[in-house]
Amino acid sequence: MEQDKSTRREFMLTALLAAGAAAGCHSGESAFPAAAGSEVQPSGKKVKLLSVDGEIVEVDQAFLKPVPHLPPLSNTEERLGIPGKKFVMVIDLSRCKNLRKCQEACNHAHELNPGQNWVKVYPMQDAEHTAPYWEPTTCMHCDEPPCVKVCPVDATFKRQDGIVLIDSDRCIGCRFCMAACPYSTRVFNWSAPEIPAEKAKQPYSCETSMPQKKGTVGKCDFCADMTRKGELPHCVTACPNGTFLFGDMNEDTVTNGSETFRFSDLIRDKAGYRLMEDLGTKPSVYYLPPVDRNFPFQSGEEEDSIQKKS
Amino acid sequence: MENIQSTAEEHTIRDLLPQKFGKWGKRFTVFLVLVCLLGAYAYYRQLRYGLVVTAMRDYASWGIYISNFVFFVAISLVGSLITAVFRLLNVGWSKPLTRIAEVIAVAAIIFAALIIIVDMGRPERFYHLFLYGRVQSPIIWDVIVITTYFFISLLLLYYPLLPDLKILLRFKERSSPGLQKFYRFIGSFWKGTREQVRLSDRAISILCVTIVPVAFSIHTVTSWLFATTYRPGWDSTNFGAYFIAGAFLVGAGSVTIAMYVFRKAYHLEKYITDDHFDKMGKIVVLLALVYLYFNLNEFLTPVFKMKKSEAGYLRDLLTGDFSGVFWFAILTGMILPIIVLLFRKGRRPLPVFIVGIMVVVGAWLKRYLIVTPTLLNPFLPMRNVPESYHRYFPSWEEWAIAFGSLAGCLLVITLLVRIFPIIPIQETLTEQYEAVEK
Repeated sequence: MEQDKSTRREFMLTALLAAGAAAGCHSGESAFPAAAGSEVQPSGKKVKLLSVDGEIVEVDQAFLKPVPHLPPLSNTEERLGIPGKKFVMVIDLSRCKNLRKCQEACNHAHELNPGQNWVKVYPMQDAEHTAPYWEPTTCMHCDEPPCVKVCPVDATFKRQDGIVLIDSDRCIGCRFCMAACPYSTRVFNWSAPEIPAEKAKQPYSCETSMPQKKGTVGKCDFCADMTRKGELPHCVTACPNGTFLFGDMNEDTVTNGSETFRFSDLIRDKAGYRLMEDLGTKPSVYYLPPVDRNFPFQSGEEEDSIQKKS
Repeated sequence: MENIQSTAEEHTIRDLLPQKFGKWGKRFTVFLVLVCLLGAYAYYRQLRYGLVVTAMRDYASWGIYISNFVFFVAISLVGSLITAVFRLLNVGWSKPLTRIAEVIAVAAIIFAALIIIVDMGRPERFYHLFLYGRVQSPIIWDVIVITTYFFISLLLLYYPLLPDLKILLRFKERSSPGLQKFYRFIGSFWKGTREQVRLSDRAISILCVTIVPVAFSIHTVTSWLFATTYRPGWDSTNFGAYFIAGAFLVGAGSVTIAMYVFRKAYHLEKYITDDHFDKMGKIVVLLALVYLYFNLNEFLTPVFKMKKSEAGYLRDLLTGDFSGVFWFAILTGMILPIIVLLFRKGRRPLPVFIVGIMVVVGAWLKRYLIVTPTLLNPFLPMRNVPESYHRYFPSWEEWAIAFGSLAGCLLVITLLVRIFPIIPIQETLTEQYEAVEK
């Protein structure tokens, strides 16, 4: 565990430097003379960087070294997942007003075509006299995933970090997983997805779920590529109300980027629950009941009519 | 005495040898080929543009391809019923019907396999099933049992055919040189020696015993494609038996249709008698009653409870969008056939033929009702999808492919009947000898 943390710290540092380098340099290769030889001549151009301690330091551009991209993961590594992690999401229903920024960010990040939504927001009312509320859903990343059970070719699989992913290079498009999923979370590429050519050409990655392919199934992937980088899924960061909280069950923390909670406390204090517990699918997504709400239900209906018009 | 017998034999053989297509035979074949071609064109469009040419979408993610698949698997079960079950029970009268049943079984199981490939989003990855197959998926179970069933059915068609091939080879003038070459290729080793007959009889007995559990498996596993999911309407322990009961019914119905058509087209009144229709009529009544019983089990108890998750689906079926089709299928597929066939007059050839058509049409609609209404009643309401995703009505491409596959199945049956005697000749002759000796 200790080792894990130190590698993560190193990792954050390189990521920071890389970010600084990317911000400071305008043209790609020529900006990195240091890469070619060991002798470094100061170029005189200074670049401002944020140090690990939070101070702003000035560094000569010549001393910046390019950080190579992370080596592309093999299919096997992507199928195994990140050791020691167990990702979990908490959705606080008292904060949702059907803004659907989550959906927008998700669709944008995954280049989803019109009509496809991996994140959906449902107007729910459990009984005639109970209060209506807005319920966003992602893939539940079940611990007993019905979709994985029925897949005939191991195209959809469960990783050790709890994430359920799809290998679109493997999928035969039988859609049994769509029939098996009680949460209606899976979408199908009925036609060839319209994606910018250079993205469509890239080899498929199970972690980015990109590029989506004709005749195969797609769904929310908990942004497995972001979590590998130690970042939050797009829906989490996109929500202005902090509805989505994401984290690691082993660390017992969840965060929406601005607030962080101890997962077990949050679930205990706010009586968290999971959807369709009776089916025994054991979802990795927990819900906090819509009590003491930040918005009335009607404000979400207004959002609906605004989005319909646009 | 011997002379009389051999002329009688000649006569029987000439009656039963495959005949060239008449005017209607040719027209029918051309019609089937045209429907198949239209289906092929629709499938070309589907390969090119993707499954978007169908009306299936994220909620109704399975459609008439899957209902058609279930229908084909169901119909193919008749081979095991008429050939194996009746043989094991020593039912003598069904002998002239065995080949009709086996031909239907083989043709239907071929198209069951084809239509499932048509339904795949990535048919070119079909080999993934063998490369990466995971045995916990009911689809893999289906692949295994359907392949097994296909081969057993093919052998059950082939072994009893061997003595007839010898006869076909003897009557050279009745078939073209090409066909003769084909007969020689598949059957010239058969000399009809005592040892060969013994081996063949033994093989047929073994096949008859093995095909029964395999036949039950193919349709039970097909029902499990649905019953292993959580969805209201599919989440039923009744499903295996319910499917098997329906399958035997539609299979028997299809045999009565084939009996009537072949009898009429090839003038086989002497071999497929009114008595056969009477007996098949009784079998259809029995099977329809059993199927009705399973339907009662499938719907009455959930309707009595009206659980929240199932209420929407049940309302759709009984009083909602699908109620017309539902009650039509129950009425024409079960209740009317039972009423008609209970009367002796109803078991004459023409009424039995009409009832057969009703049973088959009802059965096809029933398969549609098993697939679609459930998918359109998911646990969470349909949301954040285009309005058109909320409904399902097949596109012309789907109809063309579905009817293309049905036509293809009929075409295979028609061609097999053109090539091989539809009534086992040797068995008929043996029976005649036995009758004379008595």
